[in-house]
Amino acid sequence: MAMVKDALDPVHGRAPLILGNPSYKDITEAVARPIELSNYRGWWVGFLVSASLLGVLLVSIGYLFWEGTGIWGVNNPVGWGWAIVNFVFWVGIGHAGTLISAVLFLFRQRWRTSINRFAEAMTIFAVICALIFPGIHVGRVWVVYYMFPVPNQMDMWPNFMSPLLWDVFAVSTYFTVSLLFWYVGLIPDFATMRDRSVSKVRKLVYAIFALGWRGSMRAWVNYERAYALLAAIATPLVLSVHSVVSFDFAVSFLPGWHTTIFPPYFVAGAIFSGFAMVLTLAIPARKIFKLEHIINEKHLENMAKVILLTGSLVGYAYAMEFFVAWYSGNPYEQFTFINRATGSFGWAYWIMVTCNVITPQFFWFKKLRRNVTVLFILSIFVNIGMWFERFVITMSLSADNLPSSWDYFKPTFWDISTLVGSFGLFFTLFFLFLRWIPMVAISEVKGVLPQANPHSHHGSVSGEDAYVDSAKEVLAHG
Amino acid sequence: MAQIFPRWTNKIPLAIGVGTPIALCGVVFVVWYYFSPKFTDVGYQPEQPVPFSHKLHAGELGLDCRYCHNTVEVAAQAAIPPLGTCMNCHSQLNLGDREGRVQPVKDAFEGKSTLEWVRVHMLPDYAYFNHSVHVAAGVGCSTCHGRIDQMQVVAQAEPLSMSWCLDCHRNPEPNLRPRDQVTNMAWFETPASKEYNPAEDPTRTRAVSPPEHCSGCHR
Repeated sequence: MAMVKDALDPVHGRAPLILGNPSYKDITEAVARPIELSNYRGWWVGFLVSASLLGVLLVSIGYLFWEGTGIWGVNNPVGWGWAIVNFVFWVGIGHAGTLISAVLFLFRQRWRTSINRFAEAMTIFAVICALIFPGIHVGRVWVVYYMFPVPNQMDMWPNFMSPLLWDVFAVSTYFTVSLLFWYVGLIPDFATMRDRSVSKVRKLVYAIFALGWRGSMRAWVNYERAYALLAAIATPLVLSVHSVVSFDFAVSFLPGWHTTIFPPYFVAGAIFSGFAMVLTLAIPARKIFKLEHIINEKHLENMAKVILLTGSLVGYAYAMEFFVAWYSGNPYEQFTFINRATGSFGWAYWIMVTCNVITPQFFWFKKLRRNVTVLFILSIFVNIGMWFERFVITMSLSADNLPSSWDYFKPTFWDISTLVGSFGLFFTLFFLFLRWIPMVAISEVKGVLPQANPHSHHGSVSGEDAYVDSAKEVLAHG
Repeated sequence: MAQIFPRWTNKIPLAIGVGTPIALCGVVFVVWYYFSPKFTDVGYQPEQPVPFSHKLHAGELGLDCRYCHNTVEVAAQAAIPPLGTCMNCHSQLNLGDREGRVQPVKDAFEGKSTLEWVRVHMLPDYAYFNHSVHVAAGVGCSTCHGRIDQMQVVAQAEPLSMSWCLDCHRNPEPNLRPRDQVTNMAWFETPASKEYNPAEDPTRTRAVSPPEHCSGCHR
């Protein structure tokens, strides 16, 4: 065994993924106990605040349906206002879940087990928030079914050549697969909750969701197979969904939007913002629910590294947009980008650059990556920056090809209340999740404990080391 | 461990899995079929203030449609005739009066009351329709209104839905006839209709080109 210089260092020494050498029972207790306690004052405070913000959202939507999209700040030429900004923002946040659950699963990144449940839940709630905006922005909400190809007496079909329709399919597919993936992973844990339930109603509800899981060998084999299949189906979606979202812009002919860099740039940005949101949520949650040994600094550091990578990619994309505008020799393209940095929305551009390009660079430093407070603060900066990125892109509309029609975009009260309200919806769902569903995948975390490894009796203290040792053994002896 | 559910509950997930797609398809079918004007509007036959019979006037007496609906060739609307048109004949003849059926018309003509006809063929306000261009293109009355000359009380014969309009706009030829046959209710039952080819009609100076774009009708 290598000498342990730095417990989190992947080369010179590896700490166990779960600290404190807990037993199986300890893990179950740590995760399930908070759900079973009856009085949780802190939870109620958080839930009620979120629920009142959800009320703000419902009032805003109700008034929008009553009065029409004129209550928003949209004007001519800025026909796409905060609705699309918020939509892309929330879809982007939804990306970390699938990346953690599917891509990291296929790459056998075992550290994902501590955070995947969490991230997937966040994905689903974020996509729900995102799906609200295309639903409510249509003005005539009673014909919202035009978005779907339903046979009707008008011979009316959605425009299959429009990326806005591809978006409907991409996001709804993503939502369905994410939900299935999340649910399949939850089945064994629902069974655990069922078996621990004292009250009859509680037992019944968990039993319904557990689908009769009894933990037999056959069930586990089927489960593992289904999980791997779903991971394989979900992996291309990580790339496709935000690519299609970027087509909403890239397929149009507007300078500043019509660029081939958009799909990869959007995907990188989505993962960037998604991981930041996981950090924002996980850091307080692990403290409140005393799960610091399960979601420990190694997990947070790994996420910080992903943020560093994707944040740098995003910064590269910003630079490349300017380079291509200059290199293309297209004066309209050039104007758009100079205007972006120095024009009437220059303030938003520089907020974006500060939050998205400069913030992640702090994660080059090991000390900062492992400082929970710094991580939390910087993750909030990233969230803000990624909202502004979508805002900056959308505001290309304010200075179009006809200078006489240029106009500034000012959000109204209802723009702001809808955005704030969407956070209410997100956190309401999230608080319900924390209270009713195990926030860490109990069964999967048990799988990365040293005891789960058949060779753990060799005396190795670390699950990862045992894993590596056993692999070496297989290689040596066949 | 005690069983929580009886054995038959094992079938519920299967039933949900099979039932949900079927139910969804069912909803789409119900909307597509039962909510369409073909189901809701065809056969609409309101009671009119006067028992005026198109079967008698247009069918048995053989009045031309344009005698009453005289603006059909020049205007978007095919006019409801003024009472004077009725009185051209009914002031001199006593037909139908033995039962007093024309009395409301006469009363209205003398200004004692008004006649409020109930509209049968209704298009929504956001759909622009012009009778004169259709008549000029050789689309007959009976193509959209059915065999009015056989109707005692007028009823809606066709759905007048958007897809029904588009069916003809996308392929108008089968519904075209010589332009002097527009008011002939029985044109498509004549042998000449089988041989008629609008492309070879010398009275047509150009081919019909019905619009298929949105603003053709939604102006």
